[in-house]
Amino acid sequence: MNRFAELLDRLTYEPGRNNKLRLMTNYFASTPDPERGYALAALTGGLSFRYAKPNVIRSLIAERTDSVLFALSRDFVGDTAETVALMWPAPEAEKPNAVPHLSDVVTLLSTLGKAQLPVQLARWLDALDETGRWALLKLVMGALRIGVSARLAKTAAAALEDKDVTDIELMWPSLTPPYLDLFAWLEGRGEKPATQDPAPFRPAMLAQAIDDSDFEKLDATDFTAEWKWDGIRVQASAGINDKGTRVARMYSRTGEEISKSFPDLLESLRFNGSIDGELLILRDGRVQPFNVLQQRLNRKTVTTKLMSEFPAHLRAYDLLVDGDEDLRDLPFEARRKRLETFVARLKDSRIDISPLVPFDTWSELAAARAEPASVGSAEDASAVEGVMLKRRESPYVPGRPKGLWWKWKRDPFTADAVLMYAQRGSGKRSSYYSDYTFGVWTAGDEGNELVPVGKAYFGFTDEELLQIDRFVRRHTTKRFGPVREVAHTPEQGLVLEVAFEGLQRSTRHKSGLAMRFPRISRLRWDKPPGEADRLETLEKMLEGIERGQTSPLIAERKSRT
Amino acid sequence: MTYLKPMRAEDLLLPTPAGVCCERGGFHIDPTRPTDKAIITHAHSDHARAGHGAVLATQETLDIMRLRYGPDFAGATQAIRYGETVKLGDVSVTFHPAGHVLGSAQVAVESGNLRIVASGDYKDAADPTCTSFELVPCDVFITEATFGLPVFRHGDPDAEVGKLLHSVQLFSERAHLVGAYSLGKAQRVIALIRKAGYDKPIYLHGAMENICRYYQSRGIDLGDLPLVRDRKKVELVGTITLCPPSALKDVWSRRFPDPVACYASGWMRVRARARQSQVELPLVISDHADWNGLRAIVKATGARDIWVTHGQEDALVHWCQTQGLKARPLDIVGYGDEDETDGTADAGQAGNPA
Repeated sequence: MNRFAELLDRLTYEPGRNNKLRLMTNYFASTPDPERGYALAALTGGLSFRYAKPNVIRSLIAERTDSVLFALSRDFVGDTAETVALMWPAPEAEKPNAVPHLSDVVTLLSTLGKAQLPVQLARWLDALDETGRWALLKLVMGALRIGVSARLAKTAAAALEDKDVTDIELMWPSLTPPYLDLFAWLEGRGEKPATQDPAPFRPAMLAQAIDDSDFEKLDATDFTAEWKWDGIRVQASAGINDKGTRVARMYSRTGEEISKSFPDLLESLRFNGSIDGELLILRDGRVQPFNVLQQRLNRKTVTTKLMSEFPAHLRAYDLLVDGDEDLRDLPFEARRKRLETFVARLKDSRIDISPLVPFDTWSELAAARAEPASVGSAEDASAVEGVMLKRRESPYVPGRPKGLWWKWKRDPFTADAVLMYAQRGSGKRSSYYSDYTFGVWTAGDEGNELVPVGKAYFGFTDEELLQIDRFVRRHTTKRFGPVREVAHTPEQGLVLEVAFEGLQRSTRHKSGLAMRFPRISRLRWDKPPGEADRLETLEKMLEGIERGQTSPLIAERKSRT
Repeated sequence: MTYLKPMRAEDLLLPTPAGVCCERGGFHIDPTRPTDKAIITHAHSDHARAGHGAVLATQETLDIMRLRYGPDFAGATQAIRYGETVKLGDVSVTFHPAGHVLGSAQVAVESGNLRIVASGDYKDAADPTCTSFELVPCDVFITEATFGLPVFRHGDPDAEVGKLLHSVQLFSERAHLVGAYSLGKAQRVIALIRKAGYDKPIYLHGAMENICRYYQSRGIDLGDLPLVRDRKKVELVGTITLCPPSALKDVWSRRFPDPVACYASGWMRVRARARQSQVELPLVISDHADWNGLRAIVKATGARDIWVTHGQEDALVHWCQTQGLKARPLDIVGYGDEDETDGTADAGQAGNPA
C-alpha cells in the first residue's frame, strides 16, 4: 500500500504527461503481481466494491477527535479524506506491526459486510502514515482524482514492453483485475489475451478551438461544416458476440461506459458498427437545451418516467466502423456518405444525422454561425453552440490532431456585474476566496439595489485570483461561515465582466433568471460599481435568446465595450 | 476587556493592533509600525521592520536587519545575548533562544512577580543552524499559531530531504529547484542536505547569497555554495539549486534543464497549498512548531493565560480552553501576512517563513 500511496502522491503533483507515464511504468515494472494489477484497476476505475460513504469516515474521525478542531481543519484543508488522513491520531502504542498491501485491501473490501467496514478501516488507518492514509481513503471512497485517465494508465502498462495501447483497449472489456494474463503478455511470458468484445471503445477524435487568425491560413473549400450541438459527445458501438447475442454499448468521449444511464437509447443500437455522435434530449422532434439533458445525468436509477420525460436521442456525426469494416482511415467525406446510408437504413426515430451547413466562404459561415435559425437549424437554433469545421480529406485520428477538425464556438454574452459575496473554494483553492456571487442593479424599495444573477468560480488567472482574494479580505462587510459579504455600493466595490453562454428563466433566483456557464472574463477595476449593468439589460438579452435571435444583441454589446 | 481578569498582565503588556506594547518600559515588541523603541524577536520582515527610533535585539538579528534594510534601518541599536537581562524602567527584559532562525529570541518581560513571555516565532525541532528553543516558565505565554491545526504534524525533515535526493537520482537529467525562504529555511535545508551526505555544490539564486554568506561567517558549515548566475543550462543538469519560492515560477527558472519544482515549507503538508503553488515535489520542512509542538510547549510553560498572535488562532484557542487554560487571539494586523499568498505569489524575499 505504501508504494501505491507514493505513486499516487507523486502523480497528483506531476503535471507532465510523459513524467506521469514514467512514474507509472516504473511502478508496474518494479511491483509484483497481484499488487500492480490492483493498482492498474484502481487507476482505470476498474475496482468494484462497495465504496465507503463519507459519513462512515466522518464518524470514525468524530470518535477520535474534537469536532471543533475537525471542522476548522476540514475548512482549511478543503477535502474530507485528506483532513482525516492528516489528523488521524494513530497512537504509536496501538500501531499494527504490518502495513496492509493494496491487494489485501481490495480483496477484503469486496467481501466485507457493511457493518465490519468501519473497524477494518480504522485498523488500516492506524497502520499507515499520512500519505498511506490519504491513498487508502481515496481508494475506499471511490474517487482517486489524480489527473490520470484510464487510457494513460493503460498506456503506461503498454510501455512496459513497447506494446500498442490500442491492443489493450480492445482486449480491456474481457480482462479482470488483477490482470495477470495482461501483464504476462506484456512481459512476453504469456499468450495475448483474446479480444472478444464486439462493441469496444475506439479513442475519439477531438477538434481544436479556432482563432480569427487561423482563417487566413485555411481554404474554405477544403472544409465541410456542421452544427456543434450542445449535448454530450458519445460513441455508440454494437455488434454480435461469439454466442450470437447482440452487445451494445455507449461510451463518453474519454471511453467511460455510460450504457447504464441510457437504456432507452441502447435499445436502438441495432446495428453492427460504431457511431460517433451527440447525445441529446428531443421532445416533439425539438432539441432541448443542455440543462434539460442534465436532468438525466448522474442518476442512480433510470426510471420509466425519467425516460419518457427526457427521451434520449443520438445525432450522428461520423461512422467509425461499418459491419466488420474499419472506416477510420477513409477521408471524412467518404465516411459521411457511408454514415448517411447507414443511418437511413436504421429507420429509427432516436437516431438521425447531423445536417451539414452549406457555405462557400468563411463570411457565409460566419453569418450562419451568428444566425443558426436562418440556415436550417430552425427551431433547434438555441441548442447550437457553434459550428464544427472538418477537413474533407481528414481520416479519423485519435486525440486532438492539428489542422483537421476545428470548433468555432458562438461568442459568449457578457455583462458587467458587481461582486457581492465571495466564498472560499475547495480543493486546491481551499485557502482562497474563489467562488463569486455577483449582481446587477435594479430598482428596489429604497432606490437602486443589487440583485444576484449568478455565481462563477473560474475564468480568472492565478494572478487575478490573488487580487480578488486580497480585495475580498480587505472589503469584507459581513461573514457567514466560509462566505464573506463584500462592499457593494455604487461607489465602492469590484466590477466583474462576466461571460456566459446563455440565459434561462429561473424561479429559484430572485432576479428571475439564471446564467448558463458563467465565468469571469475581466476585472473592471476601472469601473465604478454604479455603472455596472442593470437587470433590464439582461432581461432584454433573454427575450432575444428566446426568439433565437442572438446576434444583434451580441453586436450591440460588442460595440459598447 | 472585562473578561480578561488578570488586569496586571495588561498593565505590563498591552496588546494593540500594531503589536504588544509595554508602556511602563516604554517599548513595543515586534511592532508593525515605526515606534520609538522596539524589541525585535527575529529578523523576518513581518516582525522586524525598518524605521524604529531604537532597536533592542540579538546581534544576529541586528546584523541581518542591516543586510536587508541598509545601515540606517534604525536610529540606534543595542545588542543583547541569550540569557542577558536589561532593565527598562521598572521592567526587566530577558532574551531566550526560540529555535526559529539564527538569532531568533523569546522575550521574557518581568515586573514584580509577573512574567510574560513573548515567544515570537519558534520551533522545538532540532535545527543545526540556530540555537535550540529554551523553555521559559511564565504566567502569560504569547504564542504564534502558524500551524495551529491538528493536520499539521511536520514529521521527519531528514525523510523529506531523502525524497529530494531520491528524486535527484531518478530524474538525473533534470535540475531540481528548491524554493525556500531566504532567511532560515534555505540554510536549514542546505544543512540537512549536507547531513544526508550530499557534498556536491549546491547552487544559489542571487537573493539567497547575502544571508547564506552571513550564516557561514557565523561558523555554520554549509559547504560549497556557488551562484547559479552565468551558469550554462548544460552545467546545471543533475544539480540542486536553492531559490526564493517566487522564483520557481519566474522566467528565471527557464535557464534550468526541465526543472523539478520543489518547495520546502510546512504548508506543503496540505495538498491544496502545494498544488496551488504548482510544486512537483513538496517537502514538509518547517521552522515553526507543529500542532504537537505548540501544545506541548504551551502546557510546559505552566502559563495560565495564553495569548495567540497569528496563524490558526481559533483552533489553538479552542484547544487551550478544553485544557482549562484561559486563551484569546490578539488580532495583531500584519504578522504572517505573507502566509496567505505564499502559495502563489512572492513571499520569498523577506516573507514570513513557514
